[in-house]
Amino acid sequence: MENIFVNISGSIRELIGVLGLPPLFNEAVMITVKVTGILLFIVLNALWLVYMERKVAGYIQCRYGPNRVGPKGLLQTAADISKLISKEIIIPSGADKILFLLAPVLIFTPPLMVFMVVPFGQNMAAVDLNIGVFYFLAVASLSTVIFWIAGWASNNKYSLLGGMRVVAQMISYELPMVLAVLGVVMITGTLNMSDIVRAQENLWFIFAQPVAFLIYFIAGVAECNRVPFDLTEGESEIVAGPFTEYSGMGFALFFLAEYTNVMLVSFMAATLFLGGWLAPFGLTIIPGWAWMLIKVYIMIFLFMWLRWTYPRVRVDQLMGFGWKVLVPLSLANIFITGVAIKVLDKMGW
Amino acid sequence: MLRTEEFTLNMGPQHPATHGVLRLILHLDGETIVKVEPVVGYLHRGIEKLAEARTYTQVIPYTDRLDYLAAMLNNLGYVQAVEKLMGIEIPERAEYIRIIVSEMSRIASHCIAVGTYALDLGGFTGFMYPFREREKLMDMFEMISGSRMTHSYMRIGGVAADLPEEFYPAIKKFLKEFPSCVDEYDGLITGNEIFQARTKGVGVLSQEKAVQYSISGPTLRGSGVNYDLRKARPYGIYDRFDFEVPVGEKGDCFDRYYCRIQEMRQSHRIIEQALEQLEELPGGPVMAKVPKVLKPPKGEVYHEIEGAKGILGYYVVSDGTTKPYRVHIRRPSFINLDLLDEMCRGWKIADVVAILGSIDIVLGEVDC
Amino acid sequence: MESNKVAEQLQEYFQSIGNNRKVLTVSPDELIPLMYRLRDEYEFNYLTDETAVDYGDYFEVIYNLSRVPQGDILMVKTKVDKEKAEVPSVFEVWPGAIWFEREIFDLLGIKFTNHPDLRRILLDDSFEGHPLRKDFQWVGGREV
Repeated sequence: MENIFVNISGSIRELIGVLGLPPLFNEAVMITVKVTGILLFIVLNALWLVYMERKVAGYIQCRYGPNRVGPKGLLQTAADISKLISKEIIIPSGADKILFLLAPVLIFTPPLMVFMVVPFGQNMAAVDLNIGVFYFLAVASLSTVIFWIAGWASNNKYSLLGGMRVVAQMISYELPMVLAVLGVVMITGTLNMSDIVRAQENLWFIFAQPVAFLIYFIAGVAECNRVPFDLTEGESEIVAGPFTEYSGMGFALFFLAEYTNVMLVSFMAATLFLGGWLAPFGLTIIPGWAWMLIKVYIMIFLFMWLRWTYPRVRVDQLMGFGWKVLVPLSLANIFITGVAIKVLDKMGW
Repeated sequence: MLRTEEFTLNMGPQHPATHGVLRLILHLDGETIVKVEPVVGYLHRGIEKLAEARTYTQVIPYTDRLDYLAAMLNNLGYVQAVEKLMGIEIPERAEYIRIIVSEMSRIASHCIAVGTYALDLGGFTGFMYPFREREKLMDMFEMISGSRMTHSYMRIGGVAADLPEEFYPAIKKFLKEFPSCVDEYDGLITGNEIFQARTKGVGVLSQEKAVQYSISGPTLRGSGVNYDLRKARPYGIYDRFDFEVPVGEKGDCFDRYYCRIQEMRQSHRIIEQALEQLEELPGGPVMAKVPKVLKPPKGEVYHEIEGAKGILGYYVVSDGTTKPYRVHIRRPSFINLDLLDEMCRGWKIADVVAILGSIDIVLGEVDC
Repeated sequence: MESNKVAEQLQEYFQSIGNNRKVLTVSPDELIPLMYRLRDEYEFNYLTDETAVDYGDYFEVIYNLSRVPQGDILMVKTKVDKEKAEVPSVFEVWPGAIWFEREIFDLLGIKFTNHPDLRRILLDDSFEGHPLRKDFQWVGGREV
């Protein structure tokens, strides 16, 4: 069980190898297969998460949630998506047509790119990049640009305000996030995600770096534009922010992208702080990739719990919290980590 | 050199947080409010004009459509005004029933105010919990009047029908559960750190300003003015009940919100007492002896009651015929909205929504 | 209530003051000084309601004043000519009058002099006529 996916990948490689094509072509096929697999995983998971979110919300709000389409409402998301696909895509007059249509297409790219380096299990990263963490931080923040494109191209004041908010929010929360992750990187001395997971063999970093985890989690919520930091959408203030003018599948793509981002941030949290695929309490009966998924889902549940409990903060409060609390705190964390590493080093740990 | 300029944002009439069809023209400097121009009238139906062509009884359904979230209170104001004009004494039993249903209506309205306020601030779950209680009230209204929102239950001279048998166990169950429900709102909404950060100190309305600008209801009391008509100038039989008037201190959004929460508890107390006293009464008529065709004597009357949103006044002029010569309604939401501009200046877009929600308007009443 | 008392006490200052069935009456010219007196000396610090009625050949503007928080109420009325429908605005005494008066202007077409922002409020800006006037005729139904 542990190596089921690795074995599948191996057999596909062998299968292509039999054909006797040039190695470059083999590699290309392999990557395509992996990308397709990940894409499938992301999309199916996002659909599941929409359903889960609604069920969790229903549970929190003393109601049932979807329970009509399919058994226990399981097909609700499928029904919603098929409805949205059949809707007309309305392009507002005065909108920048190309950018307007491009934004929802592009919105999936950054998370997908990052998922390529996520170690889903032992030896299960599609590309085992040795600067994985850096790559994650660099690419994930690209979504800012796409949100901004959507906000700008819509030719709508609400969208524009939402776009502005995205940029301000993402930049101010990117910083504490990077600094929080830095604490982990300082301990391990590597940017390779698989190595970071392996370094947590004895102690998960959530225990070694609790402050960093907290900062990462808060910044992660802000990165995903989720309540209480969902100012970008802020439906009671600026209608839907950058997505105001989107209809049909354009809107659905943004919607799914939000869940992809949540998943991504959760995957990273599991990798960096929760020991990735490592089994706690020696429960190795359950395969590593399943542990990874369990940890990710615990994180996602936390996201949902937060969303359905808290109200939204205000713009200035959000910025103030980012710059006045999180950034100094993460800097202090780095400083203490650095000192502790040196001291422990001298003591001969 | 950077050149900055103000821009206008047209918020509404279709907007998720304007509680209906209110349009706000926001003059913005970035996200900061320079000026707010409320534009009302999108729901204007001319009820005052319509009333002139209806008989006195036929006006009652129109009052339902003013503040449709607290329709019983609107009924009450109108029928009491006409009764005052005609000098009708209504039966004891009807008085008690009126108190019970109108306080229920107040709770229902405040449930919406509290719930939508949480929603305005982005907390969706806070919206669901008060609505759960409101739903129970709606069911009881349906038992009483056959209608959930536009009851038209009161009549000039009493109420349309006595309370049905199944109402008593329902209200008792509700009364038993309700205090813990309010505790739940306190835990979920009031105690939330972000909620407090969003509301405390925001949109402060000073005591003097509030009085000068004729603000009324929880919005006025949130500013620390102890002016509740149920206490100041008791109408009906409100002087028989023991309750307090909750008053805020600073006059910010939080105080206004919290006044409503406390008022729900007080309304609960009133219903409890009224129900107890009602059950001691012997059964009897719920309508006074009024003629089939109402012809109030020539004259005029101005009657005010404490509505859910503030002071609800009815000015009825009679020329001795079967139709009112003029009906004017002093709608609290309409007047409370007046000061929105001043309260919002200097705050952010998000605060406009917070302040508007804390005034608790209903557009059916604003536009009349 | 106390309208007769007020009327008696203020007789010497205001010629037009009168008391008719618990309602204080005054002419529009003396309205503003009277209102100031009522606010400052009699502590009617709260304008509960302001409205107007069309009586065919004249208008009546009705002010309902309250003491907050005691809760006393006093009705003041003033008669306005139909041809020259103009009343001084009580905006300077109670700033809360601003929307009351806009509504009266909108629905009855009474002009309030010195009002800072006298525009239509409920009806459309291009609406013609004032519907609460008794001679208002609504011709036709929908726009053609």
